[in-house]
Amino acid sequence: MSIPFAWCLLLSGLLFAIGAAGALTRRNGITIFLSIEVMLNAANLALVAYARQLAERAEDLASAHAGQVIVFFVLAVAAAEAAVGLALFLAVFRNRRTIDVNRLNLMRW
Amino acid sequence: MELAIFLAFALLAVTSALVVVSHRNPVYSTMSLVITLIAVAALFVLLGAPLLAALQILVYTGAILVLFLFVIMLLNVGRESRTSLGHGGQLWGALAGATTLGLLVGALAWARHGGQPLAPVAAELMALRPLARALFWEYLLPFEIVGLLLLAAVVAATVLARRPEAGSRPERER
Repeated sequence: MSIPFAWCLLLSGLLFAIGAAGALTRRNGITIFLSIEVMLNAANLALVAYARQLAERAEDLASAHAGQVIVFFVLAVAAAEAAVGLALFLAVFRNRRTIDVNRLNLMRW
Repeated sequence: MELAIFLAFALLAVTSALVVVSHRNPVYSTMSLVITLIAVAALFVLLGAPLLAALQILVYTGAILVLFLFVIMLLNVGRESRTSLGHGGQLWGALAGATTLGLLVGALAWARHGGQPLAPVAAELMALRPLARALFWEYLLPFEIVGLLLLAAVVAATVLARRPEAGSRPERER
């Protein structure tokens, strides 16, 4: 019994929604980052599922490989984002002694 | 059989993702994210992308999450930073928004691909040579730009995380 294609997209959407809810509700900066990683992975899952679906037809094979290459780039950008973001939180923590984003309201209107 | 494996790893990914966003202790959230990423890597293998699964485990669980754990350790996230969820209105608003988003994605996926089975894994999809050709030929310029981005990120992270020399700039306490 094979997997319905829509289920892959559904799983991807579910993971993205979970990550979005976490990024919006959590107050700890580190956990917000972790939620964003969940969202990035959900997007990757959709790309890989579409790559498999597109590879069925020979003329769409290039698009399928393009999808996998985008996943590769997402991984690299996520690594860069995590490194810079965590360094920012280190700097913020050194100055403010907190990473609670509700208390980092210096630039709030 | 394929369906059973898919459902098992999907369930694992969703439950561990729920733990990631709901646990109060960031260390447990990070360890739960490791499980999510490994489950998603298993789904990558199932969907015909074994190279990406390997990269996912190497780069994410091997490098990024270790970085997260190190920063949690450096910040000494104890009782103070172990904050709970936001206040009522914010929490319910975010949950409602996320549910709407999930339902919309589900409805779209169903409307466009409803009941359509997943195509069998094409042999050309699993082959490394065409993927490498796409990466190092068609997408060579983005590849080089990503390399530059990583270099810039390393430099920026080093500058930001460096402890300022004593006396040069007084640390502002609160």
